[in-house]
Amino acid sequence: MQRSHDPAAGAPTERQAWMGLLARAPSARLAALMPADLPQARLLRGPEVGAVMVRGRIGGTGAPFNLGEMTVTRCTLQLASGEVGHAHVQGRGLAHAQHAALVDALLQGPRAEAIRSAVLAPLAAEEAAQRLARADRAAATKVEFFTLVRGEDQ
Amino acid sequence: MYVAVKGGERAIDAAHAWLAEERRGDQAVPELSVPQIREQLKLAVNRVMAEGSLYDPDLAALAIKQARGDLIEAVFLIRAYRTTLPRLGGSVPVDTGAMACIRRISATFKDAPGGQVLGPTFDYTHRLLDFALLAEAAPATPSAPAEGSATAPAVVPHITEFLNRDGLIETQPVSDAPAPDLTRTPMELPASRALRLQALTRGDEGFVLGMAYSTQRGYGRTHAFVGELRIGMVAVELAIPELGFAVEIGEIELSECETVNQFTGSKTEPAQFTRGYGLVFGQSERKAISMSLMDRALRWRELGEDDSGAPAQNEEFVLMHADNIQATGFLEHIKLPHYVDFQSELELVRRLRRAALAGAGGQDHA
Repeated sequence: MQRSHDPAAGAPTERQAWMGLLARAPSARLAALMPADLPQARLLRGPEVGAVMVRGRIGGTGAPFNLGEMTVTRCTLQLASGEVGHAHVQGRGLAHAQHAALVDALLQGPRAEAIRSAVLAPLAAEEAAQRLARADRAAATKVEFFTLVRGEDQ
Repeated sequence: MYVAVKGGERAIDAAHAWLAEERRGDQAVPELSVPQIREQLKLAVNRVMAEGSLYDPDLAALAIKQARGDLIEAVFLIRAYRTTLPRLGGSVPVDTGAMACIRRISATFKDAPGGQVLGPTFDYTHRLLDFALLAEAAPATPSAPAEGSATAPAVVPHITEFLNRDGLIETQPVSDAPAPDLTRTPMELPASRALRLQALTRGDEGFVLGMAYSTQRGYGRTHAFVGELRIGMVAVELAIPELGFAVEIGEIELSECETVNQFTGSKTEPAQFTRGYGLVFGQSERKAISMSLMDRALRWRELGEDDSGAPAQNEEFVLMHADNIQATGFLEHIKLPHYVDFQSELELVRRLRRAALAGAGGQDHA
């Protein structure tokens, strides 16, 4: 699925990509992938539950309008080494937001490579497989229409 | 007017205890779990999310369980919960053009690029009760092997774009003007199109459907074709001020409908097709279609059409009565104690009757 980034902003940065991946990940799956030796982190904000107003556009492309809210949990924390991790995740998952913020912080430090392969890689692969399966499932219901000859062409 | 009354605590406690028992039903039948409701009554969950105006399938399923399946009561619970949440911000407008569609059909173009994808639809089912579902432990249907195209999900263009190229359909003025929010400021009339869409998308499905149907039957003509109906997942992005950029915070399922309406032109506009728009949380295509018909019907003024006096063209009528929680609140308040009001009416009726009887009696003797 394509992202709807502001064209002016260009392609999403690496951090935007991993923050999105962590937010979309199933909470239980992220919890299972968290490394065993987690460093101490100081909570700066949250985790706390709130709402975000989701906006649509009139006609899909026109002026914005308010569609309705969604629940979101946010968390900001700081590692002893100074990196600040941040997360906004859909739903009311306090642990999900905290895990995502922790991974975000770790990805900014010396353990980035290890975390990338231990956490991000499996999440990305699983998400891609799931999307593909869903797209395939939809493709199987694609209609091939044919119009009956009505003799109008003669 | 209703007045506060005291007393009745014991009766209320007993009523609530009984309600809890009734909710549980026959103890011999296994209890329904919230995940079961979320997964197996998904369309009810979607409706509660749309009308509750809060996307959270777990909470909507919980509300349905707590409300014993009374969906308006469930919507009420969600609306009440929503007010307890701090607003963390407003999303970047979702890009429905980038939707990962599981369903996408057009009634106007059979060869729409991207194809017609039926998805998990009730259409073409025979609407015959399936007694296999009644049997205990109905056999799980194995998931059909996908027609292994194994292609990456393609971005499917909006169908109305094609009409747009020829100038045959009105263009959508692009803007980033901030949208009015009826959850923050009471709705004021006349409402902008953005405000109308917010009111319609959270409006009662039955009401919006009934109003849309009335336009089809001739009360405010909207000869509408479904230009496109699509359902699928869309990413939600939120700008995080402290980071200085937007991040994806999740994905939500949406139903989007664009109707294409015949328009023969008016004093101000040339003959072309016009559009109606519907966008609703979850798989709610009946609501999305109804919403787009109502959106179009309510646009008569800006398109320079005549007001035929139809209810569906009356913004005040439609928008002020679409919300089932407002409607329920006012409707059901009449069961609260109105003893004083009623007492005075009783006095009045008795007095009038006395006067009438005395008058009639007087005439008889005259």
